[in-house]
Parts: sequence; structure tokens; C-alpha cells
Amino acid sequence: MSATAEILDSVQSGYKWGFETDIEMDLAPKGLNEDIIRLISSRKDEPAWMLEYRLKAFTAWKQMAEPEWARVQHPPIDYQDLHYYAAPKKKAGPKSLDEVDPELLKMYEKLGIPLKERAILAGVEPDPNERPQIAVDAVFDSVSVATTFRETLSKVGVIFCPISEAVRDHPDLVKQYLGSVVPVADNYFSALNAAVFTDGSFVYIPKGVRCPMELSTYFRINARNTGQFERTLIIAEAGAHVSYLEGCTAPQRDENQLHAAVVELIAMDDATIKYSTVQNWYPGDADGKGGIYNFVTKRGACRGARSKISWTQVETGSAITWKYPSCVLIGEDSVGEFYSVAVTTNHQQADTGTKMIHIGKGSRSTIVSKGISAGRSNNTYRGLVRILPSAAGARNHTQCDSLLIGDECGAHTVPYIESRNPSAKVEHEATTSKIAEDQLFYCRQRGLSEEDAVNLIVNGFCKEVLKELPMEFAVEAQKLLAVSLEGSVG
Amino acid sequence: MLEIRGLTASIGEKPILKGIDLVVPDGEVHAIMGPNGSGKSTLGYVLSGRDDYTVTGGSVTFNGIDLLDLEPEARAAAGVFLAFQAPIELPGVNNANFLRTALNAIRRAHGESELDAIQFLKLARAETKRLAMPDDMLKRNVNVGFSGGEKKRNEVLQMALLRPKLAILDETDSGLDIDALKIVADGVNALRSPTFSALVVTHHQRLLDHLVPNRVHVLAHGRIIRSGGPELAKELEKSGYADVLAAAA
Repeated sequence: MSATAEILDSVQSGYKWGFETDIEMDLAPKGLNEDIIRLISSRKDEPAWMLEYRLKAFTAWKQMAEPEWARVQHPPIDYQDLHYYAAPKKKAGPKSLDEVDPELLKMYEKLGIPLKERAILAGVEPDPNERPQIAVDAVFDSVSVATTFRETLSKVGVIFCPISEAVRDHPDLVKQYLGSVVPVADNYFSALNAAVFTDGSFVYIPKGVRCPMELSTYFRINARNTGQFERTLIIAEAGAHVSYLEGCTAPQRDENQLHAAVVELIAMDDATIKYSTVQNWYPGDADGKGGIYNFVTKRGACRGARSKISWTQVETGSAITWKYPSCVLIGEDSVGEFYSVAVTTNHQQADTGTKMIHIGKGSRSTIVSKGISAGRSNNTYRGLVRILPSAAGARNHTQCDSLLIGDECGAHTVPYIESRNPSAKVEHEATTSKIAEDQLFYCRQRGLSEEDAVNLIVNGFCKEVLKELPMEFAVEAQKLLAVSLEGSVG
Repeated sequence: MLEIRGLTASIGEKPILKGIDLVVPDGEVHAIMGPNGSGKSTLGYVLSGRDDYTVTGGSVTFNGIDLLDLEPEARAAAGVFLAFQAPIELPGVNNANFLRTALNAIRRAHGESELDAIQFLKLARAETKRLAMPDDMLKRNVNVGFSGGEKKRNEVLQMALLRPKLAILDETDSGLDIDALKIVADGVNALRSPTFSALVVTHHQRLLDHLVPNRVHVLAHGRIIRSGGPELAKELEKSGYADVLAAAA
């Protein structure tokens, strides 16, 4: 880390993941054109069909326009001023810690990933005597640098690997499912992603298998002026069960960086996919300078009867968040869930929510959204519940709560409800409240500091969502909430 | 010992307290009575440090410490406890967690070790039992969905756990039935000791039947206009404030 970065880090203590890793990189020239796409494809040793897919997406993207309906504002993005590929120059398959680039090791240490896991992350075989807990895929800029516990998982038939590898090793599965939930031209950013995506995770859980451990991907943007375009595809066959976690951080920089991901989930009969996100991209400084533009398309298809997809997200980072994890409920009695906490402070803008598309008979969905705004931020919940004529007896319950801290921030709720089946039941509840002076005083009178009081009240407000997170993530999320809101009262 | 000298305070531009002089020696319970709007609740808030009120003059010391100089949490650590007239709801915040956080904050301030969840629950269950409160009161969210009586009992539970040196009860008896009233009084009586004192704001003599005060003060128009022994409360109960007010005018 440079001296300036270090000073920055100490001054802006709010974001503790903002350091930069100095590592030798393989960087594509700036700009977006067919040659760059060919370069990405060749760096990944992709088959011809994949390159074709990318080029088709690029053609579609060129004819599309950036969406303008979200309640976010930013200067125009110059898509020709970005690097679309950045990867550390790593030796193939290091066998011991000594052979791994020490800068990479340092980075994982600073990010607080424990030593044992860190050793594994950097590509060293795990100690077989240690009890495995979470399998990790670490994506650093444009490439996956390591994926752990792959052998353990493959014994039960679970495939967990970087998507770039899946394109080569499991082409039939990728061909069948890639773009089947989020079509190439679904929206501007999904088309861009389809053209230039570099890495992400691929998960396949075979029929009847309950994945023996939590799977997770840790995304890190490090290189300057680089966009990260992650692509994740998770397939749960009939009766399969998987819980997947995603975390992300980036260095503090004055310029904005683009992260445009696409995540597709597919659940067959009786399958369950639980997808949890703790999003902690750099949010920009107190004056709104810098930060990640997080423009993400996440969608799950409940294709099978009684299938279930559950999204849980805790969003504290990014300068701008534009993200609507959705469920297409095709199967009879399929279930979609969306639990969200979105925190905005300083000048952050979040326009986030979900879409629940009810197609199958008896499909059910639950939406619980908790928006917390502080500083001069804007926080919008935007949600669509659509009941198609086929969805007899469909049910939705939506609850949107907003909490305001201070009086310069904004909270907005934009629900869209379309019901085309008279037997469907749709409920929507919304509340907006301020952290009341009397709540703070009550806590302080009992001996709590103002900061502890805010934490207690905010965690109480988010409880319904936090309890959906896997245990170790819930603890991390609570700490993150506390750090994000540090100094926002008083 | 609590010593209030010439205390004046206002909310916005409006003066509420217009010169309060009051001394509560250690070990004593004093009752504050008086008509609505006379400044009784304000006194409790000013003593505990609510910042909606501006202290415009006078001094307050408690065991030699200048209370007015301290943040609300530091006053709590110094032993000041306010039982609220209308206890505040904290949605999603588990009562046990809230109480443990508060107790540990105060223990930390005193340099004592914090209680873990098991130690705390043992202590809390003993207190809920003593106060005839159901165990699930600890599991519920702070004051959310509590009946009026449950909220007041929850205040008494907090007081019992935090073991203050000065308890200010702001009409904790209002809206309570006889049994609940007795629980509140017992809660205070149980804390009585040579190092504990209390200021009890009440409209009713019946609380003072169970909680016999050393002194009774009548607060009207922001001043204490009369003080006396427990018999003063009985007199007020019989003849109302009119005579006292007229005599002071």
C-alpha cells in the first residue's frame, strides 16, 4: 500500500477494506470492442460457442441504452475508459504457501480470512485433519485465484468451480443453463456482462444431494480503472439443497468503478437454493467521491414443483446500488423469498428490491425489506409482484420498513403489484420511522452509549432479515452495520 | 446525597423549572406531588440528562458529582435511574438482550466484569420471579405489545437489575391496579438501604401507603411550594391542591 493510501485509510477509518494490493497484473488495454472480447475469450481458453455468445451479446448491447428509471444519479459512464480484463500473473498451481505471491497472501490476511482458509484460498492443499467448514471461490478482479474443497465436494457429485473452468469442463451444463434465466438482452447491464464477463462461480448440485457445506465466493476488485463483470450460475437438480454466500470488497479510490454482475439460479422439483449476500463494496468517501457502481442482475427460476429460492442480502457498500434479486415461480407450490437490509450513509444511493413473478399454481412469495438511510443518502425500495392468470391461489406478503437517521436523507418505497388471477392474495405493508430521540434517550438512561444505542435499535429493526443469514455471516453483518453507521448520529 | 440548588430549566423559550431547591439525603425516599403541568416530569428528565431541556441556572450534585456536567449514560453509571412515565418501545430488541447490554455497560463503567448470557439469565429470572412477572417477559421485545401494567413492571425489573443509587419514579403507579401497585412499591422497598435514595413522583396517596416517604414535596408552577412529612400526602388526598396553592400565592 502506498503512503497516501495508508493515510487515507487512517483518516477514513469507516471503510476498513479499502487498501490496495500491489501485485503484478496482466491487464487488457482500455476499451470495449470485438478485439477485447476475443482477448478475454482467448485468455480463458474458451470454446468457439462461448465467444459467439459473447459477440452476440455485444451486438445486442450496442443497440441498447442505459436504464434511467431508477432513483439514482451519476455522471455518464465512459465504457471505453475501462479495462475489461485484469488478472494477477500467477504461477500455475502453487504447491505451498511459499510459492504463492506474498502480496496475495497479505491481502487475504488483511481481509480477515483466517489462516487455514487463507492457505487454502491461495491454492495450497488443506490439512485433511482439519474439519472443513466453508468452501470458498476467491475471485480477484477478472479471475478466480482459487477454489477450495473441490475434491470433498466432488465426492458427492457437487461441482463447485470458477465459471471460466465450467465453460471448458462442463460445456453441456453451461450451454443448457447460461442465459436461460437472465437472457442476454434482458437489460443493458446483463447484455454488457454477457459480452465481457470474466469470472464467477459455477455450482451444480445433482439430484437428491444436500450440499455438505456452505459454498461461498469472495469477490475483490483491486486493479484501477477496471470493471468487474462476474457471472454466477447455480443449478440445483430435483431434491437438491444448497446454501451459497457471497462477499465483496474493493480498495478506496477517488474514481468510480463499475461492477456489473449477473447471477442465475435454477431450482428443479423440491430443490432449495439459499443465496446470501453481504455486499460491502467501497461506498465512496464522506463527500461522495469514488465508490463502486453496483449494477447487478440476480434472478432465480423455481422451475420445479415445490422448489424454493431464498435471497438474503445485507447491502452496506457501493456508491450506487441497482439490484433486484428476483424469483420466477414457475413450479406449482414453488416458493420465493427476499430478505433485504440496505444501509445508505453519506452520499450513497440505493435503488434495490425484488421481483416475484407468480406463474405456478399455489406459488408463494415473501418480501421483507428494511431500508436504513443516514447522512445525505437516498434509499429506494422498488418491488414488483406479478401474478399471472395461471397462478391460481398464489400468495404474496410484502413488508417494507424504512428507518431514517437524521433529517437530510431520503427513503422511498415504490411497489408495483399486478394481479391477474382473482384467487391470488397479495398483501403489502410499509412503514417509515425515524430513530426517535426518546428511544435513544431511553437506552442512554439505562447506561448505553449513543453508538451502542443506535446499534441496538438498528439491529432490532433488521432482526427479521439478519436471522435468515447463516450464523457466521449474521455476526459479520451486525458488525458491518455498526461500522457503516459509525458517527451517523449526533 | 442529592442536592438541587436554585435549579431553573426551560424547554425552548418556555421556563418550566423556576428555582428548585431540594435535598434528598442517602437512605431517604421523597415523594413529589403537585398538579398537572407543574414540572414534575421535567425535573426527572433534567436530572437524568434529556437534552430537550435547557438548564438555565442552578446546580445539581449527587454524592459530590456535578450531574449536570455528565452525559445521560454517565449519570446512569453514577447510579441515576429514571423509571419512565411512558416506557419506550424498542421493536426487534429482545428485552433480555437490552437489559444485559445496559447492565454490562454500567458494570463496565464501574470496572466490574461483564455478565455472560447464562449468568445474566440466572439473575434476571430470579428478579422476574420476585416481581411476579412471567418468564417470557425477558424474551419479548422491549415494551412492544406490553400492557400498561407490564410496561411499568418492566421498569421496576430494570431498576431491580441495575441497582441504582438514586431512583426517580415518574408516576410509575399511574394506571396500575392494586396488585401491580404493590409490586412497584415492593420493588422500591427492596432496594431501600443507607446508600439508596428515591424521588417518587405520584398523584396518589395509595402508593405512599406501601412506600412510606421520609418527606413529601408539593411542586407547582416550577417551584416547591410546600414540604412536609408523610402526613402532607394524606392532607392533599383529602383536600386537593387548592389550599396549598392559595397559601403559597
